[in-house]
Amino acid sequence: MKKNFKLSLIILFLVFSPQGQKTAFSQSLNSGELIQNAKEYDGKLIAYSGEVIGDVMLRGEFAWVNINDGENALGAWMSAALAKEIKFMGNYKFRGDHLEIVGIFHRACLEHGGDLDIHVQSLRKIGNGRMVKEKLNSDKASLSLILLGALFLIWILTLFKHK
Amino acid sequence: MILKPRLEDLKIIGFYLGKIILGLALTMTIPILIALCFGEINPALDFFISIEISVLFGLLLVKICQTDKDLNWMQGMIVVSLSWVVAMILGAIPLYLSGHWKSFLDAGFDAMSGFATTGLTLVQDLDHLSYTHNLWRHLIMFLGGQGIVVIALSFFVRGFSGAFKMYVGEARDEKIMPNVINTSRFIWMVSIVYLILGTLALGITGILNGMRPLNAFFHGACIFMAAFDTGGFSPQSQNILYYHSFAYEIITVIIMVLGALNFKLHYHLWMGNRKELIKNIETRTLFVTIIATFFIVAVGLAQTGVYPKAVMLFRKGFYQLISGHTGTGFQTIYAQQFGTDWNQLALVGLILAMALGGAVCSTTGAIKMLRIGIIFKAFKEDLKRIIMPERAIVIEKFHHIREVFLEDKLVRGALIITLAYIILYGLGALVGMFYGYPFIGALFESTSAAANVGLSCGITNIAMPAVLKVTYILQMWAGRLEFMSVFTILGFLFASIKGK
Repeated sequence: MKKNFKLSLIILFLVFSPQGQKTAFSQSLNSGELIQNAKEYDGKLIAYSGEVIGDVMLRGEFAWVNINDGENALGAWMSAALAKEIKFMGNYKFRGDHLEIVGIFHRACLEHGGDLDIHVQSLRKIGNGRMVKEKLNSDKASLSLILLGALFLIWILTLFKHK
Repeated sequence: MILKPRLEDLKIIGFYLGKIILGLALTMTIPILIALCFGEINPALDFFISIEISVLFGLLLVKICQTDKDLNWMQGMIVVSLSWVVAMILGAIPLYLSGHWKSFLDAGFDAMSGFATTGLTLVQDLDHLSYTHNLWRHLIMFLGGQGIVVIALSFFVRGFSGAFKMYVGEARDEKIMPNVINTSRFIWMVSIVYLILGTLALGITGILNGMRPLNAFFHGACIFMAAFDTGGFSPQSQNILYYHSFAYEIITVIIMVLGALNFKLHYHLWMGNRKELIKNIETRTLFVTIIATFFIVAVGLAQTGVYPKAVMLFRKGFYQLISGHTGTGFQTIYAQQFGTDWNQLALVGLILAMALGGAVCSTTGAIKMLRIGIIFKAFKEDLKRIIMPERAIVIEKFHHIREVFLEDKLVRGALIITLAYIILYGLGALVGMFYGYPFIGALFESTSAAANVGLSCGITNIAMPAVLKVTYILQMWAGRLEFMSVFTILGFLFASIKGK
């Protein structure tokens, strides 16, 4: 009897809890799809993956992380503990960590002044970031030298003209 | 009889154009300093190459066209309009060399967008762009906002009467100081003081928001330049949404409004004449049009129900509206959201705000507040004439630094420029519709380009037709220069072909 009561309680919780009513999209969605069909995904549990770009912006116990999937970057609001897993952020000199996040998508977040964002529940690193080694572009260096020569030539010619 | 331009005209134009190009080349040394600081080798090379090409081109023009003659009105106007085209081409070279722009046309589009302080962009993978190129994108807004010719007048010209002709050609017909060179220097002084204060405010806010200090101040400087010069570029692809910060939004709103005010008004405020802010026709008109257009946007957004809380509606609606009205183009929503979340009423409110613009002699584009104020006063005067007895003498005045009598000449000038802008907005929308874009979207993007705003509803992207890219470039150019110097160059070309 006690066991049945517990089971009934669990079923009732799953049926009526707000989480239970939401559809989970286990397959990773792209940013274009999410922005274009924001109304459809609003308040639902979604998966999204991409590269961490810019800064991990800590705000107390939480953090803002912007994740770019190659089309757009979306803001992800996560706990500071989850954000600690991020080691590389993408910019000119670095490729950021590649993350897959699962969280609630908001078309216009009530907590964050109407921003389109994702409140992250779990995070998985699917690729490590790295430093990008910059090699000198020899074509550009050659062109630069040729142009410098041309400038020098003009300078010499103007000197002769003055004389 | 139309006279064919003489060789001497071309020589004078070439000589002063060459000087302006040399000035532009000098500004490219700033990104090189940044490249050296951040250890970015290839970006530094991109700017070396661009400087060399610019100096080569500028030197050749100066040497071949050597003259000591002063500019006349026609030549001054042509120098200005050509300077902007040449600046676009030369300014696009480092962008194109970075590999972040698909074609030279796309790089040219962004260069014109930057110089004209528009903010529409075709950059790819912006989040991995170097500090060096990012600084250049924002610096060209700072240079273009003050005026390319203003730079030359401030730093490279010792004083000649042709200076005023070039100054006027760049859509600045108000002198703050007795001569234009001092006026140009004052414009720079105001801008640099605000740059320091704005960068500090945004940098500190960035640090408090969790950004790394170096990034916070770099972003602060870039965002300031884009906000004060009502440009709208940003170092990250999400624009202002990247920061997820209400404080950042408030500070940028203040800077955008400062950028939309007349430099002459700044001068009077700096001199302690604060009453001018309340009495001036431009600030009054700006206040009224902001309220009116925000009302339209707010009603439209309330109808959609996308922002259920008033605070959200205000934060999203008011920010995009101020950004549009001041001609900045910062966004805290994605471009596609204009199509999916905003209804037509809200979009019309925003288009109206973009079409109106800020103050004359500011860094904004569009019709501008002084002209709207003058047209409104003229309507009021005509209404009074109808209502009052025939013998009554109706005199209308307005306050713009001093009391000014409303003359027919002023009204005519305001109406002509307003009409020219409306035609320009319409022509761009027609080209957009020709390529299959819906009316509202095409009008939105066209107004944004011609009014040098930079808000986008998604039409501006690398896949848009080349003709549309060229159309928007021409709109940005004509809109920034307020037509006169553009008309002059068209007349010059016509005279070259048909003249005797």
